[in-house]
Amino acid sequence: MTGSLTTSTDSAFPSDHTFGDDVLVRVDNLVKYFPVKGSGLLARSVTNVQAVDGVSLTIKRGKTLGLVGETGCGKSTLARCIAGLIPITDGKVYFEGQDITNLSRQQMRPYRREIQMIFQDPYGALNPRRRVGSIIGEPFAIHKTASGNARKRAVQDLMERVGLNPEHYNRFPAEFSGGQRQRIGVARALALRPKLIICDEPVSALDVSIQAQVLNLLADLQDDFGLSYLFIAHDLEVVRHVSNSVTVMYLGRVAEAGPGDQVYDHPRHPYSAALLSAAPAADPDSAAQRQRIILTGDVPSPINPPSGCRFHPRCPKAQDLCAQAEPHLEPKAGDPSTHLTACHFPVEAGEDLARAGRREQR
Amino acid sequence: MSITELQYQASQVENAPAIAIQGRSQWQLTWRRLRSDKVAIASIVVIILMILFAILAPVIAHLTGHPVDQEYVNTGQTADGLPVGPGVHGFILGTDWVGRDLLVRIAYGARISLFVGLLTTAIATILGVTLGLIAGYFGGVIDGVLARFFDAALAFPYIVLALALASVFNPSLLIVIGVISFFSWAGISRIVRGQTLSLKEKEYIEAAKSLGAGPWRIMFIDILPNLLGPVLVLATLYIPTAVTFEATLSFLGIGIPEPAPSWGNILSEATGFYHVAWWYVVFPALALLITTLAFNLLGDGIRDAIDPRTERIFAGSKNRRNQRRNRRKGQGLSLDQAILVGQERDLTDGSPLPASEES
Repeated sequence: MTGSLTTSTDSAFPSDHTFGDDVLVRVDNLVKYFPVKGSGLLARSVTNVQAVDGVSLTIKRGKTLGLVGETGCGKSTLARCIAGLIPITDGKVYFEGQDITNLSRQQMRPYRREIQMIFQDPYGALNPRRRVGSIIGEPFAIHKTASGNARKRAVQDLMERVGLNPEHYNRFPAEFSGGQRQRIGVARALALRPKLIICDEPVSALDVSIQAQVLNLLADLQDDFGLSYLFIAHDLEVVRHVSNSVTVMYLGRVAEAGPGDQVYDHPRHPYSAALLSAAPAADPDSAAQRQRIILTGDVPSPINPPSGCRFHPRCPKAQDLCAQAEPHLEPKAGDPSTHLTACHFPVEAGEDLARAGRREQR
Repeated sequence: MSITELQYQASQVENAPAIAIQGRSQWQLTWRRLRSDKVAIASIVVIILMILFAILAPVIAHLTGHPVDQEYVNTGQTADGLPVGPGVHGFILGTDWVGRDLLVRIAYGARISLFVGLLTTAIATILGVTLGLIAGYFGGVIDGVLARFFDAALAFPYIVLALALASVFNPSLLIVIGVISFFSWAGISRIVRGQTLSLKEKEYIEAAKSLGAGPWRIMFIDILPNLLGPVLVLATLYIPTAVTFEATLSFLGIGIPEPAPSWGNILSEATGFYHVAWWYVVFPALALLITTLAFNLLGDGIRDAIDPRTERIFAGSKNRRNQRRNRRKGQGLSLDQAILVGQERDLTDGSPLPASEES
């Protein structure tokens, strides 16, 4: 698991030697701004929503990278940029060493087979007017890899593989439960045997017992097909369960990244620490001992993000420096080289942020 | 059937949201609901009879022994040269101003009226849906240009254009079809564009894109099936409009030229005789009225069947009464009804808005 994630802030010119054989996807300093049109007659698009602002990450072959953060921090936008669904403002995306940034639809076509997505809403992601067989068979139809009976057989194999009854081939999505629909989504993503599946909050809309089933299915498929996942969620326990490494995002930037155990057990960024302290614990004893770090204020607007460290207005440890200089994403003292934190004053072991936060409020 | 298979099916039943014995398509469900709508079924019967009436026009001419253009100067006209009434000399619905059999002429007129009505609706629907999809899906400049074009087509004074065309060219069937088609597609385009704008933001469209589907595939395979409901309702409601449109043009003398009969030009001729020959006005007008009414009621019925949530304005109290009755019945529903109710409930997600709410 060590070394399963490297992240850099420098957008140095990537040469081929930076791509080891084990690197599937490398995202380099990715920026995605959405222009906001002002009102009025002569208004030009003067402002931008800085949804993703300089994110770099690496997804390794056969591994899972977890991406966590609050709603609106740019997780899903990042996913859509990597999947090539929306154009990228700046930065690069490499797939197996090939630059796939902003390719045309025709150029992107071969990579579509390698990168697939599972969507959050199992109700919205399936066309209500199409039969399940035709939904799962769509990848075959688009890429003309199988037709007629061969396609039907392939679809039924897929349905069986994800735990659906192949006899339900002719049913409509409305006739399935949420968990079953998500399995349909998984089968569709799996159809072309991709190398990477981007899971955009695949279990957030499901109830807990179904979540476990779908997560186990995803894990089985990873073992069987050697899949890599980019797993986006806001449920920290789910991410910890599935991920080899974790990246924490805040307001379009990476706050902290590293191997899962490192980030979860020794969070260095105050935001990661606050996020982790807010996650409910299943064990009532540990829940009672837990000190929640209460963050004050709201997430600032991504149209006009705070200067310096974007987290500084809400950070219990913030000092003057934080508002002036942007911290680099780098290994902090005592951390392994794979554990990167973008913070001027990282959390030390045993430090009580909750108390610091309360003092701040007073 | 093996035991494991039984167990598997049992587990599926537990997980299944509705009592789903087999996959029923949207259209099968719509048809089931439509079947219980007496007004809609009566409309379908009337429409089928009217189509048979049109198809069998030569048979009617043969049975009565009165060819469509044959002028019966002796038997078909009174001594003063006026039309004879229904039943006189074997003219079931009487004769027209030159002594032709009115029944035969109305039957032949039905051919023209229904042909024009159905063909122009088909042209307008295909054109309207295609342009509406393109405008809504691509957006941007394409949408801007097309949307202004829809507005222009809707704002155009159609009678004036028809008059101008008829004065430049001779009135003909082709011009009638052209004019009616041209003035019908823009309304459909607008609705389709609006629906497309909202449908293209759905996650399943994004899913199709991530699979590598091209814009045409997304428009016609992913979006269009979700639009067919409102489009079907619109098209059904456009048929009577087109029939009336044709009658209007023919009435004004810029439609189907004499001696070919159409309901419009029969009515036009009849205006000079209505005070002496009531049948001359009443029967073709009745044919027109029955046809347009049947198509309109069928359109309403289809709308209700496609989207059970909308209530018809005049039938609102009836629907509410039915709902109350169903509630009172409680478990008294038959299995068949229970299945239908369950599936109706399930259908409520993802079904597009009815056309009426959009326009």
